Amino acid sequence: MIKTILTDTQIISDLVPQKFGKRGMIWTLMLVAICMIGVYAYYRQIRYGLIVTSMRDYASWGIYISNFVFFVAISLVGSLITAVLRLSGVHWATPLTRISEIIAVSAITFASLIIIVDMGRPERFYFLFMYGRLQSPIIWDVTVISTYFIISILLLYIPLLPDMGILLAQKEKKGLYKLYKFLGSFWKGTHMQIRIGKRAINILCITIIPVAFSIHTVTSWLFATTYRPGWDSTNFGAYFISGAFLVGAGAVSVAMYVFRRYYKLANYITNEHFDKMGKITVMLGMVYLYFNVNEYLTPYFKMKKTETAFLNSLFIGDFAPLFWSAIFGGMIIPMLVLLFRKGRLPVPMFICGIMIVVGAWFKRYLIVTPTLLQPFLPMHNVPASYKHYFPSWEEWAIACGSLAGALLVITIFARIFPIIPIQETIIEHHEKSTL
Amino acid sequence: MDTNSTSRKSFLASIVATGLALAGCGTKKDPFALAAGEHAKPSGEKVKLLSVDGEIIEVDAAFLRPVPDSHAISNKAERLGIPGKKFVMVIDLARCKNLKFCEKACNHAHGMHTDLNWLKVYPMEEAEHTAPYWQPTMCMHCDEPPCVKVCPVDATFKRQDGLVLVDSDRCIGCRFCMAACPYATRVFNWEKPDTITTEQTCQPYSCETSVPQKVGTVGKCDFCPDMARKDELPHCVSACPNGVYFFGDINEDSVTNGAETFRFSDLIKDKAGYRLMDDLGTKPSVYYLPPVARNFPFEKGLENEKT
Repeated sequence: MIKTILTDTQIISDLVPQKFGKRGMIWTLMLVAICMIGVYAYYRQIRYGLIVTSMRDYASWGIYISNFVFFVAISLVGSLITAVLRLSGVHWATPLTRISEIIAVSAITFASLIIIVDMGRPERFYFLFMYGRLQSPIIWDVTVISTYFIISILLLYIPLLPDMGILLAQKEKKGLYKLYKFLGSFWKGTHMQIRIGKRAINILCITIIPVAFSIHTVTSWLFATTYRPGWDSTNFGAYFISGAFLVGAGAVSVAMYVFRRYYKLANYITNEHFDKMGKITVMLGMVYLYFNVNEYLTPYFKMKKTETAFLNSLFIGDFAPLFWSAIFGGMIIPMLVLLFRKGRLPVPMFICGIMIVVGAWFKRYLIVTPTLLQPFLPMHNVPASYKHYFPSWEEWAIACGSLAGALLVITIFARIFPIIPIQETIIEHHEKSTL
Repeated sequence: MDTNSTSRKSFLASIVATGLALAGCGTKKDPFALAAGEHAKPSGEKVKLLSVDGEIIEVDAAFLRPVPDSHAISNKAERLGIPGKKFVMVIDLARCKNLKFCEKACNHAHGMHTDLNWLKVYPMEEAEHTAPYWQPTMCMHCDEPPCVKVCPVDATFKRQDGLVLVDSDRCIGCRFCMAACPYATRVFNWEKPDTITTEQTCQPYSCETSVPQKVGTVGKCDFCPDMARKDELPHCVSACPNGVYFFGDINEDSVTNGAETFRFSDLIKDKAGYRLMDDLGTKPSVYYLPPVARNFPFEKGLENEKT
């Protein structure tokens, strides 16, 4: 009994948020700097219009949209780790729930921001609510993304309440104390509250799964509801969702490694966690590979006139180096590495995770832009700059700024709140020791 | 003079609000605000006019001022369309030699950016050994418009007279319609139009004139409904010296290029008219007559191609 109490205090002191060290400060300042450059680039875009981008009439969507798709994709991990694993009674994933949920919240926030950045008239954003027409997939997207955002925030917040109680007991009464008090002082840990909390989490976990499927299916429909080669596919919803789960698993692997190293959490995020995440990643990779084969092989077999130029541009043309790098570097090679037990150790998992995430970012670009450069009628009577697309520095700065912003949100969250649920860890520890 | 300065102020404000503040608008006088008689001297020449009360009055010619072409139609009426009409265009490919007068007239009338064209003449060749021909394209004003389906804010809409128009005061610039249109006919105002005249900049925006084009919004061929309201032909039709374009009303079953008028159904039947990419189910309002018995060899048009 005494031993467990000791372990409790040990757990708490291990998991309470810590101040930034030197590396933490440098990391945070670097992210802030990248964000500021992005903000400056957006100021230029507001001032001069979308002419500062390299998008033109044919490639009318560029890395803003592919970045949006990437953010929506990565946000699906919240539902995977929290909901799918929780509902299927998998307990080992508990330490990863908060990591995946904050990734989800910050990614979906920046997905919404980047879509406003892409608009020619951002000041008319509220028209979507004033004049919204239900038949447009964009309105479906706005609806499901805002729903997903709210459920994700709740799934982040409700499990945080017991931890806030612990933090309030820990902290001297200044600074963050006020924030904890504001957010969670009503939590007394009564049986009633615990029961309601559990029930709420269960309900949210069940609701978030169809909503998560909807956000990415609807995002894929932004493309699949058009006639264009490469987009006109019934496979698109499933293809997008499987890809989203893969990139989400990759992102969690990277975050696990970084938090474990930086906050010295090796007792909580163990090699076993990496091993199991690795296995999940392989499975998700196989599913995604399957949908990729579906997506490209059958049109390639037929080589319809409208598809030929598009497929050639991916397989052997301008986009081929990027395409094959994304397929092998972002999917096949990490999967092969993770098939081996040694490949599922923290360091190789971290590297594979980065490869998956980077590959996924470029894969989204390859889904959006090459199609637009293959219109049905030949490109004609336009300036030369209209016939190609390479993002301008403003576009890169804004895209990088949004990625840095998402990382900054995660970093600051981990500074303020425990990134591993304390209360749940304690409970599971007790359960383990009584066994 | 007070009313003049306030109206000028609000006029300026509206221009700033739409992000199209071009120099020159502010100095233009509102012709309604200033009474003509204040500065003019009588010329002695009298003109007879009918007053609102139905009486005939005589006014000195010098007191008369030309009233600008005011666009009195409300946005709601513009969205409904012209009752009883169903506009249609027929393009005779046998007559086109890529002269591009149509393109120039259109661009001029709509104050387009130099990089953009609503109307494009494509050199087309169906297959390797088939004969090339010139194919003018514009907005097809589809009866099942894919662009209208995807628009989230009703900025592009289908009217009862068959036209698909864009309301640049509504457009949020998401460009979904551009991705949806299989005819690549929509253009985006990536920056302020550079060739626009001051007069065009200062005229109040209307979805029927599509002028002035607004930065950050989508534009496209509108079949010139402002001309139709005046019983005139679209700019491309009247600009073409070869009579390639026939514009008309499917309800009246007649189309005209200005010089010749045909019964629409006969023309389509006799010359085997067809529509572009009809297999997509978009049901375009633009019909093509195949390039048989051509007036010009294809090569003739190459002279006008920009390199």
